[in-house]
Amino acid sequence: MRRRLAAALAASLLFAGTARAADAPPGAWSCTGCHALSSAPSVPPNPIPALTGRPAVEIAGIMREFKSRGRPATVMGRIALGFSDAEIDAIAEWLARQDH
Amino acid sequence: MSTRRRTFLGLTAAALAAPALVRAQGAAKVVVVGGGFGGATCARFLKRFAPALAVTLVERQKTYTACPFSNEVIAGLRPLERQQFGYDGLARSGVTVATTAATAVDPAARTVMLADGTRLAYDRLVVAPGIDFDWTALPGYDEKAAERLPHAWKAGAQTLLLRRQLEAMRDGGLVVIAVPAPPYRCPPAPYERASQIAWYLKNSKPRSKVLVLDAKDSFSQQPLFRRAWSDLYPDLIEWVPLSQGGNVTSVDPATLTLETDFDSHKADVANVIPPQKAGALARLAGVADRTGWCPVEPTAFESTLQPGIHVLGDAALAGAMPKAASSANAQGKACAAAIADRLAGRPPQAPRLVSGCYTLAAPDYGFSLVGVYRPDKGELREVPGAGGASPLDSDPVLRAQEARYAEGWFRATTGEIFG
Repeated sequence: MRRRLAAALAASLLFAGTARAADAPPGAWSCTGCHALSSAPSVPPNPIPALTGRPAVEIAGIMREFKSRGRPATVMGRIALGFSDAEIDAIAEWLARQDH
Repeated sequence: MSTRRRTFLGLTAAALAAPALVRAQGAAKVVVVGGGFGGATCARFLKRFAPALAVTLVERQKTYTACPFSNEVIAGLRPLERQQFGYDGLARSGVTVATTAATAVDPAARTVMLADGTRLAYDRLVVAPGIDFDWTALPGYDEKAAERLPHAWKAGAQTLLLRRQLEAMRDGGLVVIAVPAPPYRCPPAPYERASQIAWYLKNSKPRSKVLVLDAKDSFSQQPLFRRAWSDLYPDLIEWVPLSQGGNVTSVDPATLTLETDFDSHKADVANVIPPQKAGALARLAGVADRTGWCPVEPTAFESTLQPGIHVLGDAALAGAMPKAASSANAQGKACAAAIADRLAGRPPQAPRLVSGCYTLAAPDYGFSLVGVYRPDKGELREVPGAGGASPLDSDPVLRAQEARYAEGWFRATTGEIFG
């Protein structure tokens, strides 16, 4: 019994990684084409700000400002319009949990 | 439902689905052929999403030379080395990198033959073969002619050849760029190239001229380009649309002459961008249709012609998405997520993809076209109301900011893929 449990746990651990694709809401991985998801010193400097260390409510708030054109933007105003408020919240919550 | 409960159920479901992924003979196998923006992204993210997968990336070249920003190399603003990336980062992430060519695909047996004689079995095959030129489409223009009239539409030696020709040209010379009818790789790139060459000429050979001979009557972000040309290069660039005789019907490599319906243009430097089709591997795998391109479904980018084979990037007919590096990057991630989900017995979720294409009309003058896409009625369509081009009336500060962000995008994306 103990061995079976251990095997089940091992399988779960093995697949912990696969949960990450399903875990990210649609569109979340689009952010990382431009914004770093890591605060590691190895990440080269970039004029585009990293998205680590920001609480979900802050990220979602900024995205809503982009969407309502209340915040100056280059591309983000046009991108934010492609997501509903619920989608923005889900992505913001996911982003707030990341730091690779 | 609490997050913890959801995670627990997710893990249980994944554990139950284990036989689909880890099978008697070992981990499920995914082979990715083509190590550009689409293929390399997909390989990298397959290992990220499903570390237990055996992922092999098959790529002929040891070093990848990226096309975005290669127009700046032609203008002399950037060394080619900044366009080049190796595959060590992918190898470190657990991807098996096979530096060889794929020579045949057997979709029924689910195997790929490699030039070194290896036969790779796969559960899922991803092909991202980029483009090939149609060397039969333009009389006078073949592979040999391209040594005299470079296309520079695959970055590398051809990029440097065009650069050298511009450097050697006399002041007062005529540079002709021949642009094909769509579809071709990166719709705005011919006009960015005209801008970048004009930047070089304005600064180094100001009596020279750029003539763009176009096989169509309108082009991507045309008002933005026209504004940039009148702001930066008045009278230096002339664009001839199809309806005014822009279609190049033949070229003579010996005299550097380009014939159109109405005229004959003798160039000092001629950049001929030939008509294109999906890379050769697409035909080997049986995923290209009569158009020369590869139809796919919009969630996992699986071929509609060959189940089990996915097609990414410029080779794919990806609905409204442009043939561009950022599209290929977005598709690579979506395809990796869908494959990881399917092999774990989960239905893939409908993706939301974002593409962003930056243009540099000068080092400090950038603008962009973005799109947000989702599967809708069986194909990728733009989310209504989102996306679009930079505003036409924009101050220089914003244009300079977009130029900096363009470089930021390139650094972030290539870092994510190859770093």
